[in-house]
Amino acid sequence: MDATLSGRQAGPDLIAAHKPTGRVSDPVFVGILWASGILVLLLLGLIIAMLFEGGLPALREFGISFVWSTTWNPVTEVFGAGVMVFGTLFSAVIAVIIALPLSFGIAFFLTEIAPGPLRRPIGVAIQLLAAIPSIIYGMWGFFIVVPLMAAYVQPPLIDWLGPLPVIGALFQGPPLGAGMLTAGLIMAIMILPFITAMFVEVLESVPPMIKESAYGVGATTYEVYRNVSVPYGRTAMVGAVMLGLGRALGETMAVTFVIGNATRMSASLFAPGATIASTIANEFPEASTGSLKLQALLELGFILFVISFIVLALSRLLVRSRLKG
Amino acid sequence: MASLARRRATDYAVKAISVGFAALSLVLLAWILWTLVARGLPALGPHVFTQITAPPGAGGGLLNAIVGSLIQIIVALIIGTPIGLMCGTFLAENGRNTQIGNAVRFVNDVLLSAPSILIGLFVYQLLVVPFGGFSGWAGAIALAIIIIPVVVRTTEDMLNLVPIGLREAAFALGAPQWKVVTFITWRAARAGIVTGILLAIARAAGETAPLLFTSLGNNGWSLSLDAPMASLPIAIYQYAASPFEDWVALAWAGALIITVGVLTLNILSRLVLAKMK
Repeated sequence: MDATLSGRQAGPDLIAAHKPTGRVSDPVFVGILWASGILVLLLLGLIIAMLFEGGLPALREFGISFVWSTTWNPVTEVFGAGVMVFGTLFSAVIAVIIALPLSFGIAFFLTEIAPGPLRRPIGVAIQLLAAIPSIIYGMWGFFIVVPLMAAYVQPPLIDWLGPLPVIGALFQGPPLGAGMLTAGLIMAIMILPFITAMFVEVLESVPPMIKESAYGVGATTYEVYRNVSVPYGRTAMVGAVMLGLGRALGETMAVTFVIGNATRMSASLFAPGATIASTIANEFPEASTGSLKLQALLELGFILFVISFIVLALSRLLVRSRLKG
Repeated sequence: MASLARRRATDYAVKAISVGFAALSLVLLAWILWTLVARGLPALGPHVFTQITAPPGAGGGLLNAIVGSLIQIIVALIIGTPIGLMCGTFLAENGRNTQIGNAVRFVNDVLLSAPSILIGLFVYQLLVVPFGGFSGWAGAIALAIIIIPVVVRTTEDMLNLVPIGLREAAFALGAPQWKVVTFITWRAARAGIVTGILLAIARAAGETAPLLFTSLGNNGWSLSLDAPMASLPIAIYQYAASPFEDWVALAWAGALIITVGVLTLNILSRLVLAKMK
């Protein structure tokens, strides 16, 4: 049987080829395995269908312009997702912009600089940042980071950068502490471990030979990292960043505590805002069953699902394509 | 090309910045943990574990929230672990290199990172609306949906580490697949699979968003899965955002309890994994 000789990959084929010999137990067991696989497959479909169905009345009421309309008025029962879609994307992009350089640096540290015995403990410690529950980030952000932002970070930025043309628009408004930047900052810490872990995995898969060739012609550690390792793993690293983005898009509890929860749109980093997830968490308790508001919230959920799904699917395609090739 | 001295200087500068970034992330971790200890420890006393939640100013603890969380996590495990285990086994044994296997793996990866609040909305639509109310069951099922992808992923990864020769040896003796899986591959990957379950518990224990619209929270003492059920994350959420000092203090105590539990589970499972590899 030459399938056996070809190593580990032979296993499943061998199993698939194995015919249970007249036992009842085996078809039942295999059936359960298949059923579980299909169940997980159906689960995603069911989630999409239920959210879509739940939000359908709101979509019918407001039309497709629900997606970008910026009115969210529970009193007059006019709803649009524009402000939240903007807030979701804005805060998640801030998070990625802050987390990306940090991840590049930490991955460089963990793969090239850190002495052997320190590598694992430091790597694990950074991964623990991902284990801390989101609500803990929310509390820490609300009680510690928001006051610091309001007292020490935002006032000087508003004074220095606010009057500048163009980019000044990012630094307007009172220093409330809570707002887009604070939400992005907290989420950056939360997604940092995910991006870093995947960066490290990709960088460790770079063949030593090509790195050594670069060292051989006199490149410095940083030059090898920048010109050899990173380009080699570029596709998967973009995928890692997308994963971080996907995580940030759906972050709920941490954001709810620090974003300020205002359904207004502003270009300022310091303005309070709302994301889809924070709006659902905040306004759900006030929405009664069957109300238009509840349907609008479900429709918001559906939009968030579509956005996250696209980003996560793209991320996975990029990561897998690289690891396979 | 820049001069050698300049290239060296850039190299040192980037190395220094990288060390700085790594140090920064460790400082952030220490800062968060320190905040939890500094604010949670003074509020932590026997009353937290022996009394149920009470109105502000009336003392009270988090007993009902802790018990509610434990019940919902245990029920979620009972529902989610077998499904996750079977699905992970399916991916590693039957679904490797098949289209349906790839599809299931893809969906599982999406579920793993999907916004957890949407799991809550989904279960709200699926169970709370048709059955006419928030319930512990709904909360437990929402947590089960959080648990499943974690278990699937680790189970598959761990089963892939089991040498194919072990399976072949068993098949050669004429064992049917269910025997090979349960007696050989599961047993060989046992420690890793348990690790996955520990990680899943850690993940479920801290989840707040999926419980908001499912088990809702309960300020009284209730062990019924048919009624709204308290949970630690929801109690923390409710208390942390309140204007009452004693409630906020209790929220910090609860935050400390959850974080210590979650981090312990994580470190434990990493130790087991390190031993296996």
